[in-house]
Amino acid sequence: MTAEQTVKTPARLGEVVQSSTAQFVASCHRLYEAPALGTLVKCGNGTIVYGVVADVRTQSIDPGRKPIAMGGNDESEEAVYRRNPQISRLLTTEFTAVSAGYKAGGRVRRYLPPLPPRIHSFVLQCSMEELAEFTASMDFLPAMLSAPVGHPDDMVASFLRLASEAHPDPDAFLVTAGKELSRQLNGQWQRLNGILKRLSS
Amino acid sequence: MTTNGNAAFDALGRKRLGIVVAGSLTDGVDVRLDDDTSVEDIKVGTLVAIEGERRRFFGQITDVLLGTTDLGMQSTPPDVSNSFIARVIAGTTAYGAIKVEPTLSIGGDSRSLANDGPLPAKTVPAHFSSVSPASDADIELVFGKEDERHFWIGSPLDMETKLCLNVEELAKRSNGVFGKSGTGKTFLTRLLLIGILQRSKAVNLVFDMHSEYGWQGTSEKSSSVKGLKQLFGSKVAVFTLDVDSSRRRSLLPDYVVRIGYDEVEPEDITLLREVMDLSSIAADAAYNLQRHFGKGKWLKSFLAHGGRDSIKELADAIDVNANSLGALHNRLSRFERFGFMDDQAGHDSVNEIIRYLDRGMHVVLEFGRYGNDLAAYILVANLLTRRIYKRYMERKEAAAGDKAKEPRPLVISIEEAHKFLTKELAGQTIFGTIARELRKYNVTLLVVDQRPSGIDDEVMSQLGTKIVCLLDSEKDVTAVLAGVSGSSKLRAVLSRLESRQQALAFGHALPMPVVVQTREYGTPEFYKSIGHRDGAEAQEKSAKDVEDLFGPGS
Repeated sequence: MTAEQTVKTPARLGEVVQSSTAQFVASCHRLYEAPALGTLVKCGNGTIVYGVVADVRTQSIDPGRKPIAMGGNDESEEAVYRRNPQISRLLTTEFTAVSAGYKAGGRVRRYLPPLPPRIHSFVLQCSMEELAEFTASMDFLPAMLSAPVGHPDDMVASFLRLASEAHPDPDAFLVTAGKELSRQLNGQWQRLNGILKRLSS
Repeated sequence: MTTNGNAAFDALGRKRLGIVVAGSLTDGVDVRLDDDTSVEDIKVGTLVAIEGERRRFFGQITDVLLGTTDLGMQSTPPDVSNSFIARVIAGTTAYGAIKVEPTLSIGGDSRSLANDGPLPAKTVPAHFSSVSPASDADIELVFGKEDERHFWIGSPLDMETKLCLNVEELAKRSNGVFGKSGTGKTFLTRLLLIGILQRSKAVNLVFDMHSEYGWQGTSEKSSSVKGLKQLFGSKVAVFTLDVDSSRRRSLLPDYVVRIGYDEVEPEDITLLREVMDLSSIAADAAYNLQRHFGKGKWLKSFLAHGGRDSIKELADAIDVNANSLGALHNRLSRFERFGFMDDQAGHDSVNEIIRYLDRGMHVVLEFGRYGNDLAAYILVANLLTRRIYKRYMERKEAAAGDKAKEPRPLVISIEEAHKFLTKELAGQTIFGTIARELRKYNVTLLVVDQRPSGIDDEVMSQLGTKIVCLLDSEKDVTAVLAGVSGSSKLRAVLSRLESRQQALAFGHALPMPVVVQTREYGTPEFYKSIGHRDGAEAQEKSAKDVEDLFGPGS
């Protein structure tokens, strides 16, 4: 499933398993079915917390039991899973989303939510309309650029590229976003240049 | 504030250039250009209006800068072949900026707009005030409309609006037109003369070195343009020193000027020192000669001395160095080749000029072939001016404050002024006196020159309005701008003038310095706009006048 398709058909992606004000971790319902890097997701009832996918990982459920290579005699990757059906049960896919804003009382705010989402909140993919609404202003950029995650620049670039599809003139949206980035990253030319290159290619 | 490249407009719907971000009254304000304003569209010298919180400011662009918010960008430039990156950084990380010198301000309330008009700016516009190019209405507000006092001399840079000069103010003080040769000084001077003729009470006396103001001048484009006499026949008299030259150009001069030897004074010789290559001792010997032979007779008697022995004898008699006196004799014998010099005493040229001036006529004195001889020009200009000035002084004093009896204000135009307003001579010549004493005696100068650095500082500083075409030499630029506030910024403007038909005008007759694209002189539209009618039209007009006066069919 491509990123574009998932955005067009909002679907439940998983549940929150770890939560803090700045970010939350969700466990996917199905192995390998995580949203793409930079996808806008939401969770919570009443106050909706928006997050942007910053990191996706698949690992063993039990931290003490590391997966090992098993397909020495198999022809293909599928054959490995077919011959060892327990693998799917022992692995889990998780993703980390950076809290980018929240919606309360019908109003979208593009900064940290007052409270993090609860554990087991369902995490849903945002629709194109929600994505357009959320990116109507670039106020979310400062929090995202300073998010305590591994690769904030890649996250921002992926998010902006996905978001541009939700606007009637994607190119103009990216230029506006680029100009806002250049204001935010004043004095960090190399970093700005890196993001702009990702946005343009 | 624009962020996404959309054109921004100020409160009056003018396209905005940018916003004020920093600055000071002494250094001018820094304006950061909007994303969609390209530095390449900005021209130094352009007039801009700044919409402050409570006041509107007017100023001139004095510098254009390229800025980056990030120094790292200068060492590792972006990939500008990537159009997306180029669009993003234009106006944000890499931006254009301009320096604006706010010179005038006007209060936003209706009283200031109606009564005071723009006043010199005593403060700067607030942060983030919007800056836009001055509109036609702004230009009219600042420089005035074309009316009985304002004369249209051209238009501001890149604009069609009429830029007017307050000629009444202009004629009150001595003024200067400067610029290297071929930049349009003569055309500009012609315009100013027409302005003074049409819009002020003053009369012109032009010492026309190359016979180009009175009758038929030449332009670089078309072959010939009309002179003052052709345009304002009833108001202009052409006097000549060289009647042959006038006739050759099918001009019937109003008066042929003759100068008697008795009219030359030792002071005139002092002035000719440089052009005649005389030592100061030789020039000063003229005073001894005057003492010896008597006033009025000295020159003729001195020139009558021929031969070395006779000169040596004379030198002993008047106690000067014989070699110096020989040199003086040698140089002064050139006067005998001047056709306008006359043995007869009692010439009336000065009275004739004054008679014309008193009738409100403007006098152009053509030098004909003597225009190429600087000595003749300086001699005649100085001699006539000295005597006219003396006459004005007497009459002004006799009038004793009675305005009705005062002589008409007189504007004397001189060319190659650096030859007789030099630092050494300005103190001694009549032109230096006129320039310094201003309008005390109703006489002012219009100095036309290509080498202002040669003119005495004191004289330069007394010039009310200066109109400066392109100048190359650093020294000349410094001399022209000496004592002008914000001169370092005007220097940038001045050095980037185009070589033709552009001038920087500043001083008394203008509320603020401005770059003028001077009016096209010599086109049929121009002649029409100053009220000149050619043959057929003039006949039609007079027929209509007759009809208006006496009724149809008369």
